[in-house]
Amino acid sequence: MTSTAVPITTKKDWSSDQEIRWCPGCGDYSILTALQMLLPELGVRREKTVFVSGIGCASRFPYYMNTYGLHSIHGRAPAIATGLAVTRPDLDVWVICGDGDALSIGGNHLIHALRRNVNLNILMFNNQIYGLTKGQYSPTSEEGKVTKSTPFGSIDHPFNPISLAIGAEATFVARTHDMDRKHMQEMFGRAHQHDGSSFVEVYQNCNVFNDGAFSAITGKDVRSTMLIELHNGEPIRFGADLERGVVQLPDGRLEIVSVADVGTDALLIHDEHRDEPGLAFALSRLSNGVHEPTPIGIFRDVVRGEYGAEMQAQVDLEQEKKGTGDLAALFRSATTWTVD
Amino acid sequence: MPTERPTEKIGGVVVRFAGDSGDGMQLTGDRFTSVSAVLGNDLATFPDYPAEIRAPAGSLAGVSAFQVQISDHEISTHGDTPNVLVAMNPAGLKANIAVMERGATLIVNSDAFDERSLAKAGYAVDPLTDNSLSEFAVYKVPMTSITQEACKEAGVKPRDAERSKNFFALGLVSWIYTRPTDTTLAWIEERFGSKPQIADANRRAFRAGYDFGETAELFDSRYEISAAAFREGEYINIPGNTSLAWGLIAAARQADLPLFLGSYPITPASDILHELSKRKEFGVKTFQAEDEISGIGAALGAAFGGSLAVTTTSGPGLDLKSETLGLAVSLELPLIIVDVQRAGPSTGLPTKVEQSDLLQAIHGRHGESPVPVVAATTPSQCFDAAIEAARIAVTYRTPVILLSDAYLANGSEPWLIPDVASLPPIEANFASATNATNAEGQPEFLPYVRDDETLARPWAPPGLAGLEHRIGGLEKAENTGSVSYDGANHERMTLLRAARINGIADSYPATLVDDPSGEASLVVVGWGSTYGAINAGVERVRELGRHVAHIQLMHLNPLPNDLGSLLAGYEHVLVPELNLGQLCSILRSKYLVDAKALGKMQGNPFRPAEIEDAILEHLGGAS
Repeated sequence: MTSTAVPITTKKDWSSDQEIRWCPGCGDYSILTALQMLLPELGVRREKTVFVSGIGCASRFPYYMNTYGLHSIHGRAPAIATGLAVTRPDLDVWVICGDGDALSIGGNHLIHALRRNVNLNILMFNNQIYGLTKGQYSPTSEEGKVTKSTPFGSIDHPFNPISLAIGAEATFVARTHDMDRKHMQEMFGRAHQHDGSSFVEVYQNCNVFNDGAFSAITGKDVRSTMLIELHNGEPIRFGADLERGVVQLPDGRLEIVSVADVGTDALLIHDEHRDEPGLAFALSRLSNGVHEPTPIGIFRDVVRGEYGAEMQAQVDLEQEKKGTGDLAALFRSATTWTVD
Repeated sequence: MPTERPTEKIGGVVVRFAGDSGDGMQLTGDRFTSVSAVLGNDLATFPDYPAEIRAPAGSLAGVSAFQVQISDHEISTHGDTPNVLVAMNPAGLKANIAVMERGATLIVNSDAFDERSLAKAGYAVDPLTDNSLSEFAVYKVPMTSITQEACKEAGVKPRDAERSKNFFALGLVSWIYTRPTDTTLAWIEERFGSKPQIADANRRAFRAGYDFGETAELFDSRYEISAAAFREGEYINIPGNTSLAWGLIAAARQADLPLFLGSYPITPASDILHELSKRKEFGVKTFQAEDEISGIGAALGAAFGGSLAVTTTSGPGLDLKSETLGLAVSLELPLIIVDVQRAGPSTGLPTKVEQSDLLQAIHGRHGESPVPVVAATTPSQCFDAAIEAARIAVTYRTPVILLSDAYLANGSEPWLIPDVASLPPIEANFASATNATNAEGQPEFLPYVRDDETLARPWAPPGLAGLEHRIGGLEKAENTGSVSYDGANHERMTLLRAARINGIADSYPATLVDDPSGEASLVVVGWGSTYGAINAGVERVRELGRHVAHIQLMHLNPLPNDLGSLLAGYEHVLVPELNLGQLCSILRSKYLVDAKALGKMQGNPFRPAEIEDAILEHLGGAS
């Protein structure tokens, strides 16, 4: 086996020659840049990197990456990527999807990929709207939302993607947003590092059909008071002077309090490696929408057997016991008889 | 001392075992088949069972049957009408008596003909006593009570002993047809060895059945069926689903590709998933997906990654897969979609045969979306059909639909085990280098540059530096594969995709025409699993001194290049299909021939007599 050093690359090496066709000002640009700048730092090879996407604005992503790429079918990217990842464990497989793509038409594939813990980095760009079909409400749109298909306001109760992922037995669940490249890169890097399915929700602004959907929490001036950054092993607190924090009540619920009122020791210590998912789930329910203080960061990062590796292990074990398969013996694996 | 019964030589027999779903009829039939195979008889089987695992005991809906024809000469079907019916209960008798010919032998478990069971089967009067079966040779055998008596010493409870009565039936029929006992006894040991009490009970029941024939003096004679004149070689009795699975394993081996199956359980295709799941030593990876869509999706992902990728399903699943099939057409990647057809529409008759997915296979996608279609013709030929599907998929970089059906899936026949060295090679021929130069004079890789001969594009799984490329479901510019919304390019790409698939016919061998006299005015054109029945029907017509030709198609899309001129050589074209005339309509529109459809949609294969009658009717004149 020859081992050669991974070539040093820059953002330019990871950018394809294709003209980018997202609307000017779209949040997708900053996510693309974040990833194109991060990948050279991860020590990975372009030829071993594959981006698989579904259909929607976000799903055009693979065309702009100078790697192998597959722009597939609405909602099906996790299924298609599963087949690729389990047969090619040598590859880094990224799944790029949107909220309609992953949670509506592809909801089934997403939850099953997560529960199986296939080695995929799933980045879900959540803009709470259908953009490519020009502005219908999505499964993450808030109740009452007025869109072309909900002129009287949406009566659909939305999914909370983080709760959904935790409920689907995901082993890595994180949230970030398109206004903070450094935070995105940290989340994407950790997702890449994780062995198994990683799910990252990215709040992404659609400046044409749902402009400012997240500005109440991600705007530079409000971030410190509206985003609750999760840090492993540290008390959960936020605010310009970290004056607010999260405590767990005796009945299990989480509540935002004033640190001055309860004292630092009363604050909940964030443990992303906690096997029991209840606290991570409770954190995902802390905010009722993107107008309230909302946690970002890694909700959950636990170890469980990776699906492709376990599939390979069964093959290896059988080959160890029986050799690499003998067709002539297979054809005689039931009673045979000979005609002379 | 019982008298020694004379042994009469016969050419063959058709036996049908029928009983409740829980009576073990499939196993009994399968064992009778196996022991006959070892004796060198030719054989063909037809398992015929309900969709429910256990319909209400004793009901007509719960009847499970297994029919086998064994013969001293070559046969191609499970037989027109059974000569012998073994009925384990009144429902088994009632559900099958209509297909029995006058004079046939009925062996019935008389213990099961109590008032309750008769009522469940809808008999107002016991048919064993009301003279309604006077046209048949009826043997009333108290199978349950003798089995229970015989199993007493095995130490099993009477209720468990009763469950061994199918082995009693097997023993009795084995005695009548002079089948050796050692093969069955060895099998019982192998199968039930870990449960010695059950093994003992089954052994005792089997012996009791065999001895009953010997001692009861109910049967006047025994029968012998000599070995058929097979080609020299080693044989195995193989059902279609197994043979298809082995064909996929062999194809992967021949192409030197890892085999990947993405599948969702569905009757009657699941046995392919089961078989491949067992064969991990061949490097086979099987993935039981969350749904049919994910089954083909994962397979397509594996194909992109360089596996020989397969998904298996039946009609309702093919509906769901059509979206991803369309993407595979656009991506031009090798993929095999196995459709084990069953009667539709919707859930239809899940365990019963039909050939009604042909038009869906050829046309069932949006857009101009050509897909090659291959159909298996017999249970053992599923092996060759799988290899052929893989050859086309890999050579032409295309999804291929391989059609089997419920009859082939479960039916079995002897298979002459091929020499592994004689299997045809398949060349994966991955892209290994750049294939173009860009405007700056740098080497580059264009994913849609085509091979001059096959029009196939390069297959470049991720991993090679310099060959990075992006593909998707949007229309692609010729050669570069970049997204293109240009109308003229779209038309060129549509024509190229069609030409590539049509060109596959150039790789077929000449179409086989069975027309021994060369004087036939009528050709019967069949496809897929009707092969056996058409073959037998055609033979019968020839025995009457009439001339008839037979073509059985394995390639349904594209059709063979020589088919049009072959059909033009006959005055009449008759197309028997288990549908309303799907191939017939294609032949009529493509070749402008006055082809006539012979349809059947009863969940059963054609009987040779039905083919014979239709041919004679078209030929005209008395037979």
